[in-house]
Amino acid sequence: MPKTTDTPWLRESKLLLENVSRSYRTPEGTMVALERINLNVKEGEFLCLVGPSGCGKSSLLNIMAGLDQPTSGEIWSNGRRQDGPVQDHILIFQDLALFPWLTVLENAEFGLRMKGVAAAERRERARAFLRLVHLSKFENSYTHELSGGMRQRVALARAMVMEPDVLLMDEPFAALDAQTRDLLHEELERLWQETNSTIVFVTHNVREAVRLGDRVMLLTFRPGRVKKAFFVELPRPRHMEDPELALVSRDLLGHLREEIDRSVREEYHDEDNG
Amino acid sequence: MKTTVKQVLFYLLLLGIWQLIVSLRIWPTYMLPSPYMVFESMYHGFADRTFVTGLAISIRRIILGYGLSVVFGVSLGFLIATSDFLESTLGKLLLGLQSLPSICWLPLAVLWFGLSEGAILFVVIMGSLLAIAINTEIGVRLVPQILLQAGRNLGAGGWGLFVHVLLPASMPHLIAGLKQGWAFAWRSLISGEMLFVSLGLGHLLMVGRDLNDMSQVVAVMILIMTLGVLVDRILFRTLDRRIRRKWGLVRV
Repeated sequence: MPKTTDTPWLRESKLLLENVSRSYRTPEGTMVALERINLNVKEGEFLCLVGPSGCGKSSLLNIMAGLDQPTSGEIWSNGRRQDGPVQDHILIFQDLALFPWLTVLENAEFGLRMKGVAAAERRERARAFLRLVHLSKFENSYTHELSGGMRQRVALARAMVMEPDVLLMDEPFAALDAQTRDLLHEELERLWQETNSTIVFVTHNVREAVRLGDRVMLLTFRPGRVKKAFFVELPRPRHMEDPELALVSRDLLGHLREEIDRSVREEYHDEDNG
Repeated sequence: MKTTVKQVLFYLLLLGIWQLIVSLRIWPTYMLPSPYMVFESMYHGFADRTFVTGLAISIRRIILGYGLSVVFGVSLGFLIATSDFLESTLGKLLLGLQSLPSICWLPLAVLWFGLSEGAILFVVIMGSLLAIAINTEIGVRLVPQILLQAGRNLGAGGWGLFVHVLLPASMPHLIAGLKQGWAFAWRSLISGEMLFVSLGLGHLLMVGRDLNDMSQVVAVMILIMTLGVLVDRILFRTLDRRIRRKWGLVRV
């Protein structure tokens, strides 16, 4: 059954961020990337974060993945305080970060191998996920031999095979053509429903966020703050071209507009100074 | 296949020109031996086993010297890459030392180790270790940070991250370093062997000079070149090509 029938925001909290801030030291002084971010990712939720470039989206994902620590604030996963390395929040990087010296199958197996899963078992599990993303025929290819969309699916399989507690995705489809992206949206939606996973998906594309998310959060431009959150209550499966989807996106885009304008202005301003 | 034919023709032509110059009698044969004389020297060298012994001794030395260079050079490269402090101090020193031709170490080596195996090994190691260490260090530094993050995110840590991410990710440069190190090691060995009664190929070269037997000198030169090229072709070319194909660095 599609998940939209029940109310995801009444479920258990999977990942809770309280007043999370992150600042970096730069030659020009302290740069605040994230300021007092509060968000609550629910079990089985598909949460989309949208913001202009420079809103600290990647910083936020790195913190959620345990690859970076916040300057201040607290993170709770499954009700337990998270500090230090995290095992089961798997991040799909914007640049995918597939391992070029491994085949598709070996890439998909990597995480299980690190976990110490026996060769036969991890092979079988990796193959199952490669089947889900329609890459069975390419399991012995190297990643440079694949198209952008296929590489994207390898990254998806490599992450999903870990059965992550939370799957974090950083603008994964930004570099793809529209058709490939639509196809991957469908696959991702289906995989999410079949595996009951919790997904945090970052994008700068409002429409993509509305297409995929149960909830969309708008972040502000530098420092990144949560500006507004919207529940998307459109039925699934959705499609990018649905007229209702266009309406919701237009509404959201209006809210985001201000931030985009500010980011553009500041970038020009930066150039004038430089 | 076609390139092989071209190469064979080229070397035949080269031999022809050589023979032609010899036949013109511009220089006496003790200065410029004919191809046949060189062939004869080569035959005798193998027949009376002096070349065989020379080869065996040189090969044993190169395996030992180059082997030690690889072990220490790769370790040193990884060590330097782990810290900015080491990179800006020891790393820079290695770059400086690399501009020294390795034979410059011979006087010190002879003083420290005497006219012995040790001195030659030292020169070989000083010749190749630096190139290997420097290339390893560059390779490690050029590994995209994001691959390490991905590895860590997928559960690799410490030793696992090193073996399964850092080492393979730096492999293209590492192999370039091993290849360069091999060329330096082979050169250093031959120059080292030329300086005293060392019985290796370099020594045979000097014996030829002392006996004024240029055909032996040329024969040994050919031997040295052949061995150097063979290792480069068979070992490194294959490794390099495999890596490049895997990584998609060349079209195949």
